[in-house]
Amino acid sequence: MSIYVNKDTKVIVQGITGSTALFHTQQMLEYGTKIVAGVTPGKGGQTVEGVPVFDTVEEAVKETGATVSIIYVPAPFAADAIMEGVDAELEMTICITEHIPVLDMIKVKRYMEGKNTRLIGPNCPGVITADETKIGIMPGYIHTKGHVGVVSRSGTLTYEAVHQLTQEGIGQTTAVGIGGDPVNGTNFIDVLKAFNEDPETYAVVMIGEIGGTAEEEAATWIKENMTKPVVGFIGGQTAPEGKRMGHAGAIISGGKGTAADKIEALQAADVQVAETPSVIGETLIKVLKEKGLYEKCKTK
Amino acid sequence: MNIHEYQGKQLLRDYGVAVSKGRVAFSPKEAMTIAKEIGTEPIVVKAQIHAGGRGKAGGVKIVKTLDEVRSVAADLIGTQLVTHQTGPKGQEVKRLLVEEGIDIEKEFYIGLVVDRATDRVTLMGSAEGGVEIEEVAEHSPEKIFYEVIDPVVGLVPFQARRMAFNMEIPSNLINKAVSFFLGLYKVFSEKDASIVEINPLVVTKDDRVLALDAKFNFDDNATFRHKDIMELRDYDEEDPKEIEASKHDLSYISLDGNIGCMVNGAGLAMATMDTIHFYGGEPANFLDVGGGAKKEKVAAAFKIILSDPKVKGIFVNIFGGIMKCDVIAEGVIEAAKEVGLQVPLVVRLEGTNVERGKALLKESGINIVAADSMAEGAEKIVELIG
Repeated sequence: MSIYVNKDTKVIVQGITGSTALFHTQQMLEYGTKIVAGVTPGKGGQTVEGVPVFDTVEEAVKETGATVSIIYVPAPFAADAIMEGVDAELEMTICITEHIPVLDMIKVKRYMEGKNTRLIGPNCPGVITADETKIGIMPGYIHTKGHVGVVSRSGTLTYEAVHQLTQEGIGQTTAVGIGGDPVNGTNFIDVLKAFNEDPETYAVVMIGEIGGTAEEEAATWIKENMTKPVVGFIGGQTAPEGKRMGHAGAIISGGKGTAADKIEALQAADVQVAETPSVIGETLIKVLKEKGLYEKCKTK
Repeated sequence: MNIHEYQGKQLLRDYGVAVSKGRVAFSPKEAMTIAKEIGTEPIVVKAQIHAGGRGKAGGVKIVKTLDEVRSVAADLIGTQLVTHQTGPKGQEVKRLLVEEGIDIEKEFYIGLVVDRATDRVTLMGSAEGGVEIEEVAEHSPEKIFYEVIDPVVGLVPFQARRMAFNMEIPSNLINKAVSFFLGLYKVFSEKDASIVEINPLVVTKDDRVLALDAKFNFDDNATFRHKDIMELRDYDEEDPKEIEASKHDLSYISLDGNIGCMVNGAGLAMATMDTIHFYGGEPANFLDVGGGAKKEKVAAAFKIILSDPKVKGIFVNIFGGIMKCDVIAEGVIEAAKEVGLQVPLVVRLEGTNVERGKALLKESGINIVAADSMAEGAEKIVELIG
């Protein structure tokens, strides 16, 4: 078991003929991801990397039965691509694209109301279920199958955490990057809920960063609902106020959104917070041992 | 991206939103010409820098005669204005806004922000104007009113009306306030702003409702569709290294320390800063080279770090996903060879194409200290710069 995606998930790549999309399509295929279609308007009928290309998502879904898409479309056109995926009634669409205007995302969120598609991202590394399917841009080799779920606002920091877990012999179920934008599709609570309900996931690593209050809201939810141990890390403890730290959403403004506030909220919800990113793995192992889960989570 | 108050007011004027009469001056002579045009007294002369807190810092002068306009203008232009937002060095004043003095009846606050909790643009208003809204929010949150805006229909007149009544705008001026708020939302949404703050919004003794100040922040991700807004960018207000970085589409922020950092991914870049700090060092910058960068972009990033005289050592921390390690290595090698590397360099590579990246660095003959983890790299660079 895992959350959101598994070895049978059929995937469409939106924007498949772009160079970044092509590279990552190769990488995903190598990992074993079932990529059944690509979409690039005007290039329908072509084949790239052995994958048939369609003009519209609707057509690709109809012809292949795909349920998930991954989006590499450039920022000015990405909101449109997400809405096309939603209209085609995909179960999930994962948007890798960064730098989408925030007012575009506000419209997308409004468009998605009352519809059933789950959006992951934008500005995210994607979703991977170890040894089954990789729908994203993360390096596959650092992941191993196991029992720890990972959820994060940052791409590369997720790799860092997963890499540590694998090196320590702790495998993962699914790793989900929810993205660094202020307006996004799936939040920490959505993913925590899914991990809480997944029988194969025994513990969760949650990686947040400065800006907004998503971590504080997640902390409140954890306190009231989470039955599995959660270990956290918050990036940007030394970030200055009023500066946007790369991610559109990573900014401390008016004294709000600091790492200190988030760490405090998480600790109040009994979440162990790693002091530096380098000890995320160690911190998790300590907690697993305390809860008697270490042996069950150790994969080698 | 931020703009000056006078530019914000012009934008408001373009959208039919009431602002005080005035124009920008680059010299005392121009200031006098504008004051003459306005023709009423008093005249307000306001230093135009992007930082807030100008009034308290002495950047806003109220004067009566043209002679006084010239003398305060001459005093202000060229001074380093230090406010609580500029840092100790302050910011040089090069532009002045010369405008009519307003007979104020009462000050209010009105603003538009992107609210992350609702994923909507929200209109915020308060009868507590002229003070920091964050302070009002902290001490008397009940005095701030909100209208959440549906992007399909935009700010609806009844919402603007409800806001005006909640803010206790005098009843004979409700319609003026409503048209002000509607215009404000129009400019916000059409120009892809991320924050607009009018503090204070004033009701005047002669029954006008107008913006006495205007603070705009625009979404950097949307400037590609607003050439007119891009033209308002004032490079004098920005760090030269940050300007250079933005030309190459790099996310760079100058900091006070002496360890230059080059990282891929914003989260990892922040975590790298935190880790350097943990080992007793101070980062000189935040730098995210982003995903999918080409060799040239990596080289540009490396050169920007090396151009900072504060930098005593460099830590490159890469966990390749969309970014390939061999591309990073090629860029670092190119820049180091071109500029000449005088300071210690610690490199940690992991992820996509890591073996090729490591091999390239090894073959390059450049003096590089390799690290196997972020912690090891941070510890080594702190040690190397002593």
